[in-house]
Amino acid sequence: MAKIKLAKSKVDKLVEICKSFDNEGSELINVLHKAQETFGYLPAEVQEIIARELNVSVAHVYGVVTFYSFFSMVPKGEFPISICMGTACYVRGAEKVLEEFKRQLSVPVGETTEDGKFSISCLRCVGACGLAPVVTIGERVYGRVSAGDVADIIKEYQK
Amino acid sequence: MEKMIKLTIDKKQVEVPQGTTILEAAKGIGVDIPTLCYMHLGDMGIEHKPGGCRICVVEVEGRRNLAPSCNSKCEQGMVIHTHNMRVLNARKTVMELMLSDHPFDCLVCAKSGNCDLQSTAQQLGVRELHYKGEQSTYKVDYSPSIIRDMDKCIMCRRCETMCNDVQTVGALSAVNRGFQSVVAPAFEMDLEKSTCTYCGQCVAVCPTGALTEKDHTNQLIRDLADPKKTVVVQTAPAVRAALGEEFGMEPGTLVTGKMVSALRQLGFNSVFDTDFAADLTIMEEGTELLDRLKRHLDGDKDVKLPILTSCCPGWVNFFEHHFPEMKDIPSTARSPQQMFGPIAKNYLAKEMGIKREDMIVVSIMPCLAKKYECQRDEFKVDGDPDVNYSISTRELANLIKQANMDLKTLPDEEFDNPLGESTGAGVIFGATGGVIEAAARTAYEVYTGKTLENVNFEALRGMEGIRSATVDFDGLDVNIGIAHGLGNARKLLEDIRDGKSQYHAIEIMACPGGCIGGGGQPLHHGDSSILKKRAAALYREDEGKAIRKSHENPYIIKLYEEFLGKPCGELSHKLLHTHYFDKSKDIEIE
Repeated sequence: MAKIKLAKSKVDKLVEICKSFDNEGSELINVLHKAQETFGYLPAEVQEIIARELNVSVAHVYGVVTFYSFFSMVPKGEFPISICMGTACYVRGAEKVLEEFKRQLSVPVGETTEDGKFSISCLRCVGACGLAPVVTIGERVYGRVSAGDVADIIKEYQK
Repeated sequence: MEKMIKLTIDKKQVEVPQGTTILEAAKGIGVDIPTLCYMHLGDMGIEHKPGGCRICVVEVEGRRNLAPSCNSKCEQGMVIHTHNMRVLNARKTVMELMLSDHPFDCLVCAKSGNCDLQSTAQQLGVRELHYKGEQSTYKVDYSPSIIRDMDKCIMCRRCETMCNDVQTVGALSAVNRGFQSVVAPAFEMDLEKSTCTYCGQCVAVCPTGALTEKDHTNQLIRDLADPKKTVVVQTAPAVRAALGEEFGMEPGTLVTGKMVSALRQLGFNSVFDTDFAADLTIMEEGTELLDRLKRHLDGDKDVKLPILTSCCPGWVNFFEHHFPEMKDIPSTARSPQQMFGPIAKNYLAKEMGIKREDMIVVSIMPCLAKKYECQRDEFKVDGDPDVNYSISTRELANLIKQANMDLKTLPDEEFDNPLGESTGAGVIFGATGGVIEAAARTAYEVYTGKTLENVNFEALRGMEGIRSATVDFDGLDVNIGIAHGLGNARKLLEDIRDGKSQYHAIEIMACPGGCIGGGGQPLHHGDSSILKKRAAALYREDEGKAIRKSHENPYIIKLYEEFLGKPCGELSHKLLHTHYFDKSKDIEIE
């Protein structure tokens, strides 16, 4: 028997999330959304439990998790940084902004800094093209960001 | 009344019922549109038409884009062109793009000559490749039964349909996105660590060399050449009804005698029959069935009914993974393959005056799960497996060809004795319903003390996924259930779990059709009528047998007298029975 370890409180929370969607297999995406909101990411153990509760295969859950870039299997940082790479942001220099974040924090896209504070990801359009290039950190949105602003933005969160 | 629709295909007027696809309508007038991802096993209700590969596109006048004919329905007044220049060019381009991310090792690929991708590329006349691009580089995944080489996957997703919809095993899913997408187990772990049952139905439908069996033929060639080793072989019932297909013979041709002759020429010391072990299985499983039934009738509340057959290793893997709480319900009788092994190595070896470790037992099986089964720890003595390895019907065909033999021209020969003698009951193990019919023949006579007038239990035969019948045991109604295909098995198991099952005994086979449709058989390429012909062949062989009830096999009687004692006795329990494991994932809560 392969064993999976997970804290009871986490399991209970997951069971509760699944139940709130009537343990319906067709609600998988909603369940995953809620689970990621709760735990910050979707590790293998969480996917195993969701599969069991919704009575779908783990392979199927993993298939959905890996299909949508929104879902992540690695923990995000305390302050998740997202750089918009949509067309408008891209043409206005988003790539230079991204490179600067990567350089300053020394992590590649999709990963988290060693102290767990920051993670970097890319997204496509947050619907604020007028402010391009756009960066979001948590719920906060930064507009017209240039590579030169990056150091100051990071400093805000290092207090 | 069905609404009819009129349309034009390649300038011909066609009238088809509403709901007919363009592909089907074209087929009706003899226009065979090429397909690749499409799969249709009509008799078993298995249909897979994702429209993903785009090989079957046709032009519909008035539509901007070409339409995939496999999943586009006919509409009133449609004008369709299946082979104009635009269509032919599109198909070729699609194929070239597919090939641009496919390794060019066709000359040494296990699937070469039997590959749908290769034959479709030929059919489309692809002679050069205009596209060069990124190539997939996945690690090859070697499991005890199945090899996954995802560089050769074209994402037709037939395997997913078999694994998830038909078998409900759920080991495979498409994962990731875009160029990175691939069919894989959860977390892209190795198949061995997944819930895979090794039924091999994914291999049976894979159009390329992405999914193949683990090949043991080189090991066999080495062992046959070793003068210190005595190599004996057992052949499963379903092999004789399908092997001929690999040599251009009609499906359903019985090649029992020619197969024996080929095996002898290959150099096996003795050629035996798994059918003998099937008769032995009936003695053990039948005794267990009657014992449970009698205890149940005597009011024993602890007795587990229904009893489930246990000869199918894919099925055993399935309940160990998916229904571990029910692992005390199946019969403890080992499968015929695993009954043959210990009899050969403990009884026959002594008779032949050789040591256990000098004997190599090989099995020829229609099955890929058998490869895994024979290496399970509980079937080994001090590390030496009872059955050393198993080779599939396809591997045997290749070996016969390598040895410059043409099966068609070989003389018919008889199996060796004592482990080559079998009854008609042993033969029908290879078709769905056969095991339980064989058990009924023996259990009836043992229970009632009377002779069966007619040994043919027609009610137990057929191709329906779930069947049931009541057999009259001289006043006692025995309710029998049959399921083939693991999705059907799941339904019967859920009924048992929910206390809704009325059956006394249930036969389960993992593969659609039973062993005749096993993952190691010659590929049917979507023609399910082949399976029916194979089943008919086994019933024909049964009809032609002098003895048709397992308990009347003279060598079985002798084996019990000289060696085993009585069915389900002490030695039988040690050598011929097994136990099952909980292979489900346990979630440990901290």
